[in-house]
Amino acid sequence: MTAALFAVLAVLAVTGAVLVFRCASMARATFALLASLVCVGGEVILLGLPYLGVVTVLMMVMEMVVMAVFMVAYMMNPAGLMPMSMVHNRRGALTISGVVFAGLAAGVLLAPWPGRVGTAPQDTTFQAGAALMGDQMLTMVTLGFALLATMVGATVLAVGRGRYDRFGDDLSRPRPDDPAGGGVGR
Amino acid sequence: MLELFLLLAAALFSVGLYGALSQQSIVMIMMGIELMIAGVITAAAALWHFLAPAAADGQVIVVAAVVAMAVEMAMGFAVTTAVFRSRDIDTADAAEDLKG
Repeated sequence: MTAALFAVLAVLAVTGAVLVFRCASMARATFALLASLVCVGGEVILLGLPYLGVVTVLMMVMEMVVMAVFMVAYMMNPAGLMPMSMVHNRRGALTISGVVFAGLAAGVLLAPWPGRVGTAPQDTTFQAGAALMGDQMLTMVTLGFALLATMVGATVLAVGRGRYDRFGDDLSRPRPDDPAGGGVGR
Repeated sequence: MLELFLLLAAALFSVGLYGALSQQSIVMIMMGIELMIAGVITAAAALWHFLAPAAADGQVIVVAAVVAMAVEMAMGFAVTTAVFRSRDIDTADAAEDLKG
């Protein structure tokens, strides 16, 4: 049963991944990616990590919905109604990715993998939580700061006035230079 | 069975690499990177399950990869927004000012 489920999810994951770069419609490509990543979440659940698998699935669903909005907002041909090529160096990319897959597959098949050490705990979610709040606290803190920096950096990049300070690069401008006026006394 | 999971991870990583290298659209490049990280998640979960389930290290790698996915997506959209706002473009080929 597990092997059959693995096979179905694996085939769907790889098929979805390939379809991402085969679909003319950006919306279809987004949902093909969503299907692929949901199958990856399914594989993680199959491996005995239900919490991380569900987190992956929920995160991917939200990400892909946001991505679909960005697709429609920014891409010149989101519906794929006009046939056009949006690729460069296809042959080189195919060669490089083929060589990488062959190298990885050779490593996977030729490496002398050690046997399993220990057994999985009854509650794998507790194991992850205890590790992140214990031995791996530094990892957790680093990830938290990375997310905070991402929120600040993404907001600064995405706002209308860009990444330059409204008081000038050396903060010497007496009045802020905003593209749209605001604040008291506008 | 470990080998099958790792082969799946390698396939996802390679397909994502193809997309990241071949696509012109910044959003499509981000999709390729997402697939590459999905391969890392699959491999880390499989290594945890089949090699060292008693330790939480494999799970922590999965958490780190999921965070990397979120960071990549957020910064990718922010860069896309900044580039589109300043130049009205959405492809990497159109923003190659620093190309040597």
